[in-house]
Amino acid sequence: MASDVIVTHASLGQRKGFLAKWFTRPEFNSSTRRGIISFVVALVLWELGSKSGAWFGVDVPVIGAVPAPDTVIAAWIKLIGDPGYWQSWLQSVIRVAIGFSAATIVAVPFGLALSSNPNVRSFAFPVFELLRPIPPLAWVPASIIFWPTQELSIDFVIFLGGFYTIVLNVLGGADSIDPRLIQAARSMGASPWNIFRRIVLPAVLPSIGVGMEVGIGITWEVVVAAEMISGGGGASSSGGGLGFLIWNSYIGGAYPNIIVGMISIGIAGYLSSALVRLCVHRLTPWLKRS
Amino acid sequence: MMLAASPTRRGALEIADAVKIYDPQGARIPALDHCSLSIPAGEICMIVGPSGCGKTTLLNAIAGFHGLEGGAIYLDGEMLCGPERAVAPIDCSRVVVFQNGALFPWKTNLENVAFGPIVQKRLSRAEAHDKARRLMVDAGLGGYENKYPGELSSGLQRRVEIVRALMNDPAVLLLDEPYRALDALSKSVMHEALLQTYYRTGVTIFFITHDLEEAVFLGHQVVVMTSRPCRPKKIFEIDIPHPRDYGVLTSRRFRELAAAVSACVNEEAVKALALGEKEG
Repeated sequence: MASDVIVTHASLGQRKGFLAKWFTRPEFNSSTRRGIISFVVALVLWELGSKSGAWFGVDVPVIGAVPAPDTVIAAWIKLIGDPGYWQSWLQSVIRVAIGFSAATIVAVPFGLALSSNPNVRSFAFPVFELLRPIPPLAWVPASIIFWPTQELSIDFVIFLGGFYTIVLNVLGGADSIDPRLIQAARSMGASPWNIFRRIVLPAVLPSIGVGMEVGIGITWEVVVAAEMISGGGGASSSGGGLGFLIWNSYIGGAYPNIIVGMISIGIAGYLSSALVRLCVHRLTPWLKRS
Repeated sequence: MMLAASPTRRGALEIADAVKIYDPQGARIPALDHCSLSIPAGEICMIVGPSGCGKTTLLNAIAGFHGLEGGAIYLDGEMLCGPERAVAPIDCSRVVVFQNGALFPWKTNLENVAFGPIVQKRLSRAEAHDKARRLMVDAGLGGYENKYPGELSSGLQRRVEIVRALMNDPAVLLLDEPYRALDALSKSVMHEALLQTYYRTGVTIFFITHDLEEAVFLGHQVVVMTSRPCRPKKIFEIDIPHPRDYGVLTSRRFRELAAAVSACVNEEAVKALALGEKEG
């Protein structure tokens, strides 16, 4: 059965042109091919919806109002040659790296302190829970007032995007440590410091990893809000971050650039999540992965 | 006979009139009721009894995980807990092997086994690893040193855990249904491995189980506990000579003892069932 399929694909590759050959190359498994198909179908639907504006007399929502893929790709090609676009990439990546690292560095000890000390918990947790639902966007004005520089204000808003998620995951992970592991360590003579370093910390590591994986995604989600603060030079010339690119393109009416900015953030988020996941996997080699 | 090899016999446990009362919202549920038991040094004592009767409560009190409301526990004549000291200190004279295992999943098997002496700073890292490697090979665990516990079957995990406990030269091994989750075949392999280890070390073993054949096969004595509150109902001296192997299982004496223990436990199980105690 499986060999039949391969033969069909192979003969298809011989008869058809470059695209079919490329599509049937053996490095692609069926799930990769499905991914390619879904990507192509989405692009085609977008193009059709955007170009026609209405299907069967009904206005196409959302897609009908946005620039078509060919316009977006044309705008993108123009931006790729523009150093300002790449500067925006670099600025956003640096801001996310700073905000996310700060979030991790503060959130992990804070989560561990909440979990290990009931006094810290009863003091700090209510305030934490009160602040947590406030969206990062709402912090923008306050952040501009609090922080001395624009860059710090932006980093702070991004920091908030990752912070709460990491704290909650660390707290959950630390609360669910199997007490028998700690009893076993104690009965083998481990000191409290040893128990913290050799039991609690590694036991919480997978939860820290989950928090970081989710958190890095959220930091990219808040990048637009954060970079509203930025007074960068816009899409062309000096750049002001990918989030600013979107906002500035909207203000300036360069609609295809909005989509370019959105997709750029999507790609940046995808790549940074993959990087975080890779680091987490390296740090937790004992976890089975399929 | 091989026990004579160990120079000083340690690990005599004396439980005198132990009382433990659980008191959730003032309900005062007695778990141990004037429980007295004496385990000679270097013997295997098997504890059987209905689910939830309080066997693990007794083990926890010996290990120092919680205290007693009355009575005392002595190890080699020294008081572990009693009137002057509510809770026994947790130290490596008594090491527990838990029901579902408590190996550290982020450490390799070798690092797990070497854990005790390293954190106690009794041995250097290299010395601890050397000793751990030797003990693992002795226990038939050679080749698993650099794997993680999660990569081993539960039978092998339990074996690693027993070796990890023995690394600390405990006077008493406290085993809480270590082989509960194993199939009969793996169990029999584990039993012989445990006996081999026991003959090599002469460590005193306090072993909780639900498996009556396991109890009679391994134990010097089998203590049948009453349903809650828990106290010894009857103590069977198992007069089958050590060292034992699986030939014992087919002997007449084994069958007689197993039947007697079974009848005795059954009586209590019926009572416990009637009380509707929750599994614990």
